[in-house]
Amino acid sequence: MENVDISERSELKGTQMNETTSNTAVLETEFAGLETRDAHAWFGNHHALAGVSLQFPARSVTGLIGPSGCGKSTYLRLLNRMHEFIPNAAMAGEVRLHGQDIYAPGVDPAAMRLKIGMVFQKPNPFPAMTIRENVLSGLRLAHIKVDDEESLLEKCLTRAGLWKEVKDRLNASGGSLSGGQQQRLCIARSLAVEPEVLLMDEPCSALDPGSTLRIEETIKELAEKITVVIVTHNMQQASRVSDYCAFFLTDGGPGYLVEADQTRKMFTTPNDSRTADYVQGKFG
Amino acid sequence: MSMQATPSRPWEKEKIVRRNSGLTLLLGALIAYVIVLFTGFAGPDGWAVVLFALAATFTFFRNRRLSVKERKDSRARLLIAAASVIAFAPWISIFISVLFKGVKGLRPNFVVSDMRTTTPDDFLNMGGAAHAIVGSLLMVLIATVITLPLGILSGLYITEVRGRFSGVVRVVIQSMSGVPSIVAGLFIYTTFVDATGTFSALAGALALGILMLPTVARTSEEVLKLVPDDLRSAGYALGARQWRSTLIVVLPTVRSGLITAGLLGVARVIGETAPLLATALSNTSFVFNPVSGPIGSLPMYIFGMLQIGTENSINRAWTGALILLIVVFGLFSLARYVAGKDKR
Repeated sequence: MENVDISERSELKGTQMNETTSNTAVLETEFAGLETRDAHAWFGNHHALAGVSLQFPARSVTGLIGPSGCGKSTYLRLLNRMHEFIPNAAMAGEVRLHGQDIYAPGVDPAAMRLKIGMVFQKPNPFPAMTIRENVLSGLRLAHIKVDDEESLLEKCLTRAGLWKEVKDRLNASGGSLSGGQQQRLCIARSLAVEPEVLLMDEPCSALDPGSTLRIEETIKELAEKITVVIVTHNMQQASRVSDYCAFFLTDGGPGYLVEADQTRKMFTTPNDSRTADYVQGKFG
Repeated sequence: MSMQATPSRPWEKEKIVRRNSGLTLLLGALIAYVIVLFTGFAGPDGWAVVLFALAATFTFFRNRRLSVKERKDSRARLLIAAASVIAFAPWISIFISVLFKGVKGLRPNFVVSDMRTTTPDDFLNMGGAAHAIVGSLLMVLIATVITLPLGILSGLYITEVRGRFSGVVRVVIQSMSGVPSIVAGLFIYTTFVDATGTFSALAGALALGILMLPTVARTSEEVLKLVPDDLRSAGYALGARQWRSTLIVVLPTVRSGLITAGLLGVARVIGETAPLLATALSNTSFVFNPVSGPIGSLPMYIFGMLQIGTENSINRAWTGALILLIVVFGLFSLARYVAGKDKR
């Protein structure tokens, strides 16, 4: 449609990312299998995101950072086909999971979302269900049979760091928990269907510092087993929780990827001066 | 520094002020009573008018101690209180007259026997409206079983499926709610009753269903709109297909609202007489088979008894009306109980 130069530029960024990954042999073998190639997103005529090519390292946390309106959340929703629920939304490019384009014709979006879970900005436990039913709801929703639901329940709640607090009231309503507990319940719910990737859209923005800390610990523990992609507005959070960072920016037009690298490098010696300015809080 | 603090409510009026205004109201009521005794004003209506006039006079000419703001406040208070009494009075009046006139015929036999061997003129300890209660409940039950799923499905079509014809469906449903009830009855008469060759509970239920559907569908739609999109998204993000997410997440979330939708539909039709005239007609004895011929119902019972017009039959009609109120009240309580049961 437009912005040919931007997609060219982003291809450059993509190469940068590839270089970074190929520099470290370990990283290359641990590529999670999730990547985007020249991904674009539109809302109607509004071009929201242009030419993002990015690979996500396995068993690590990748933080998506950048000022408001730069397309981070849009990009995140593109990764598990939630983007298409917005009326008039459109996209271009490829999102590949283990080499397969999840937007290819014939691909079942529900099956893809099962593999790529999501935690939302606002805690959204199902109000008509108990804590137990909330955690196990994914099984019912996606028609999955599990032999031992009780141990799965305990495992998921433990991994989400909520087991000790709720084990005596598993039949209470999910809405009876505090905001931070509800968000951890939502994380446990996402884990029950055993996703390969977990996307988190500013999961702590509605929570108090204590709950935020608790969830950050949970995220780090999760990253030992699965790949986590987290959108955050909080630079401290990004530096605390993520292993890799991708910096998005907009110049008034569509958002694009500036650079992506190890978090330590992004926060100390980034390639792009805008990244340095942003992580130091000079704008955005 | 004192560590003792006594809880107080500085935002409330002082006790003495409240007591004084209570006494003023009581005094006004007494004076109004005396005026009613000695003037042309008569009955509770006259008393209410006089009391309002007194209160208005008092409020508008209150002494100068009050600030302008306080005087404005008390005037507004009086007008709003009077308006709410006016809005509430007819309802209370209907309820009380049905209660007092209906209680005369409310004997055990009224809710267990039918009118097969009793004439409307007989003493009130003979016969009853049990057959009408059974008929009404049977028809409303059938109508609910038919229209509740249809209404919820059309609500789902508009809010969840968001198909191409959503707008059309909504307009059609809205215009259906304008169908006069007798037209619904005649429609079923020319189609169903003509085809089956007999009046029946099923025909009556179909006519009631036509009237019920718009209410159920509209309310379901409104209720379903209240489900936050966040919950739908959460369902999809767990790998659910749309129908699965609707079934497991959306519908249970608004369960009590959907029960209310059904109830509003029932309340809409349970007192309908016109559509039953052409479809279910009436009967003096018990009918349990919904396709076996004319069947009695409470509205038709009341209508029939009023038409006969003797003292005992009119008493029977009032008792029928009371039973109708009780049945509606019972259904509402039952539904509230069922809807509230899952709240932990």
